[in-house]
Amino acid sequence: MEDAADRIAHPWGPRVPYGRHETWPARVDTFLADGVEPGAVQRWVQAASILHSDGDAMDIAVADGRMVGVRGRDVDRVNRGRLGPKDLFGWQANASRDRLTRPLVRRNGQLVETDWDTAMDLVAARSRALLEERGPGSIGFYTTGQLFLEEYYTLTVLARAGIGTNHLDGNTRLCTSTAAEALKETFGCDGQPGSYDDFDHADVIALFGHNIAETQPVQWMRLLDRFEGADPPRLLCVDPRPTRVAERAAVHLAPRSGTNVALLNALLHETIRHGWIDRDFIAAHTVGFDELAARVADCTPRWAAEICDVPAARIEEAAELVGTTDQLVSTVLQGVYQSHQATAAAVQVNNLHLIRGMLGRPGAGLLQMNGQPTAQNTRECGANGDLPGFRNWQNDAHVADLARVWNVEPETVPHFAPPTHAMQIFRYAEQGSLRMLWISGTNPAVSMPELSRMRSILSQDRLFTVVQDLYLTETAQLADVVLPAATWGEKTGALTNADRTVHLSEKAVEPPGEARPDLDIFLDYARRMDFRDKDGGPLITWDGPESAFEAWKRCSAGRPCDYTGLSYALLRDTSGIQWPCDERNPRGTARLYTDGISWAHPDVCESYGKDLETGASQEAVEYRSLNPDGRAMLKAAAYRPPHEEPDEQYPFQLTTGRTIYHFHTRTKTGRAPQLNDAAPDVWVEISTGDAERLGLGEGDLVEVGSRRGALRGRLRVTGIRAGLLFVPFHYGYWDTGGGSGPGPDTPGRAANETTVTDWDPVSKQPLFKTAAAALTLLERGDGRPSPAPTTTASAPAAAGVVPPTSGGPAAHTMRQEPTQFPHGHEEGAR
Amino acid sequence: MNGITLTLRTLHRGERHLAHHLVTVAERHRTEHEVHHVATDLALWSREHVRRLAEAGAEHGVKLGDPPDPSSDGVLATLREKASEAVVHRPEPGLLLLRDLRELHVAAAENSLHWEMLAQAAQASKDSGLLALASSCHPRTLRQMRWTNTMIKHLAPQILTSL
Repeated sequence: MEDAADRIAHPWGPRVPYGRHETWPARVDTFLADGVEPGAVQRWVQAASILHSDGDAMDIAVADGRMVGVRGRDVDRVNRGRLGPKDLFGWQANASRDRLTRPLVRRNGQLVETDWDTAMDLVAARSRALLEERGPGSIGFYTTGQLFLEEYYTLTVLARAGIGTNHLDGNTRLCTSTAAEALKETFGCDGQPGSYDDFDHADVIALFGHNIAETQPVQWMRLLDRFEGADPPRLLCVDPRPTRVAERAAVHLAPRSGTNVALLNALLHETIRHGWIDRDFIAAHTVGFDELAARVADCTPRWAAEICDVPAARIEEAAELVGTTDQLVSTVLQGVYQSHQATAAAVQVNNLHLIRGMLGRPGAGLLQMNGQPTAQNTRECGANGDLPGFRNWQNDAHVADLARVWNVEPETVPHFAPPTHAMQIFRYAEQGSLRMLWISGTNPAVSMPELSRMRSILSQDRLFTVVQDLYLTETAQLADVVLPAATWGEKTGALTNADRTVHLSEKAVEPPGEARPDLDIFLDYARRMDFRDKDGGPLITWDGPESAFEAWKRCSAGRPCDYTGLSYALLRDTSGIQWPCDERNPRGTARLYTDGISWAHPDVCESYGKDLETGASQEAVEYRSLNPDGRAMLKAAAYRPPHEEPDEQYPFQLTTGRTIYHFHTRTKTGRAPQLNDAAPDVWVEISTGDAERLGLGEGDLVEVGSRRGALRGRLRVTGIRAGLLFVPFHYGYWDTGGGSGPGPDTPGRAANETTVTDWDPVSKQPLFKTAAAALTLLERGDGRPSPAPTTTASAPAAAGVVPPTSGGPAAHTMRQEPTQFPHGHEEGAR
Repeated sequence: MNGITLTLRTLHRGERHLAHHLVTVAERHRTEHEVHHVATDLALWSREHVRRLAEAGAEHGVKLGDPPDPSSDGVLATLREKASEAVVHRPEPGLLLLRDLRELHVAAAENSLHWEMLAQAAQASKDSGLLALASSCHPRTLRQMRWTNTMIKHLAPQILTSL
């Protein structure tokens, strides 16, 4: 049976209803390039998506050495065969004609093609010179959430033990560092407590700043399927935009930006006041309840209503929804993580689950989400401002253990201070103490806040920048050396999604030209630098993905993210498996903390914690006295007003965000025609009330300006919260005349022209959700609509004013009947 | 004047000084974004301490002033911020930053010791109002100290090895 469907017009596809506590039925989504018949596919190669954090398992169709399509893997419990629009269409960007195929070096101000030896010798020579003249602190690495586990681990070893620098972080700082930090603050250690399977059992699902319909569209399909089945879940949605989640919510709260802590403290206040708490759980598994109760004692719904600009009655309804259900799942994402008081707010969601005893059971779970596909690997491999395997940099025994794994002296691994976070790495580059920055798989010239500052840092003559990417991105255009990398489908590696599911993603086709896997590039560098262990042997003992995976297994042994039970062969045989996977849990682990809190003891915890308001570090002795038995910590925080509030000059709040059709800075999705056509250019969202008051309408060309800079876009009038503007952050300059930034004929287009350089002092995640901005009309619309999609949160408030977003025949996909999986292993870990 | 009013007066002066110093440091290090924002936030704690000490002073017959007006030296503040932006690409202000953080730490430590004295005197004289004040404010002073210590610990290695 084939069911043609335009998956641009219908991003979530058709429904397969199922009831509460049942297994999510399969639905296999397939897309083959125009003119390719299913019979023409010669091989299907196992992979998983790298265009979001969901970890959708998929197979790549190959014919005549080319990728010709994709198909969801119905055997995998993460997606049961479903694919989102980015999964279905994004792979086409691999074959884009503007892929980098040769290394580039800057000569006389111009980037010119060269060979690998020349480029890598240049990088190695500069590294050696800097090590000699200025020491390891002059070299930094800024990586991503989009490589594979083996690549992060190799980068970590060469940076931390080879170069010996503390300056290695990922762009995961921008997407998931608050998730990791909130888990460390509450549970003493990183590690996602819940599982996506909890969605099958939940009665109430609370989504805090998480537009799951667009960021993890396949899990939204799961919820949509449950809505059509028996005993559907009820939703609490906290989001200032009229998302699809908000439309379906039993209670929707659209608070003022930057007030999450006030709202959550009121929810906790109500939960405690009504006695909707699990006293046995609190007594057995937590410390700090009295302090929390005291902190929220005055945080009434009426108090929060004033701050959040949400009716007190709605807050009471929300509290009743989460306070009285028997199975609560909460998820948290960028509306919390990229906002003011990020960690303090995310921790209050943990607190809600702890005082309600909603942890470690099917349908009673907590998901502190990620934005990027392999952000979890950046975290666990130690490329995200942590030590590998969730080891504690303040605990000498942990550092000694890591040094043992690497066969180096403990002093070789810098641990006199926490690994430097990205915002500080860029600051060191700005003030001149960091002289070489190697950027892999990310595009800070578009994704970082305050882009004029970013460009001025990256364009400095004294800073030697190496950029490793697929295309000549805005950042690559400012580099001294550009290294062409292979990507998904052109290289093999493992990746772990937001619910700890490890997938193998295999090489299906050859990379273009001389492009190389990121792993090969790092290994080449390590060879040229001749990094040695303490016995004079090579520091890096592996030479390919599988041997790198085996090396990582040794590093993860006995740690919370234990991979020792996994292998490439097992992952090929069974599809995704959730870590920890070891001798005791050979088929993986669906949920953490099913039997108490396991990684918070002072001797094993990853972090001794921080002050939730100042970010000041706690020392071991304080931690030991507060939490001697290693329980979950209920940490309270007071609400503080955002640092930048609207005023006469900048009367709006400005928030940035995402759309379902694009990922990050559009490097791939902007090169996939169906995705690009669905959302081809930047836009600005405004509420109906504000538009009426200012006499503005659909399609008007406006400028959004802040104290940092400005951008132009066409206006979309929506049901967004009054007083708030929204701009998607995906758009940059590679497909404009400006190249790497605005120019004489290229007005500002990137949302981050306007954002502020300010970050959560606890997680060091930058703030993208709380800036003050002004709106100016530049030109009346000419009848053409704003380029914003109509299918999602950017839908126009008034029906019929804008033609609906559709993909036409080019976006038609096939739906296949699920086939019997030969391995008979459908349910994953218990 | 007795010992309690003397301590109130000393502490009031100390918190006023710290509030002002935190704001000044925030302005002087406008381009050290975390220092700028957190120091600005921490100044609010000291301002609140000043206000509450003035209230306690009034109850004990001592007239103590209001917190410093944060906008009183607007021109100087702008100058400090502009100066910081002018040397954004220089490493040397790092040394000044370490000195400023050290001075903030010492100022907070002095306040902490005075809060300790006030709490002890309040217990000895069974002054529950003063004891409540000290119990409520002192932890924040300790957090100010912990923050300056953390920032010094994190920033010193790079600043001191790169000059």
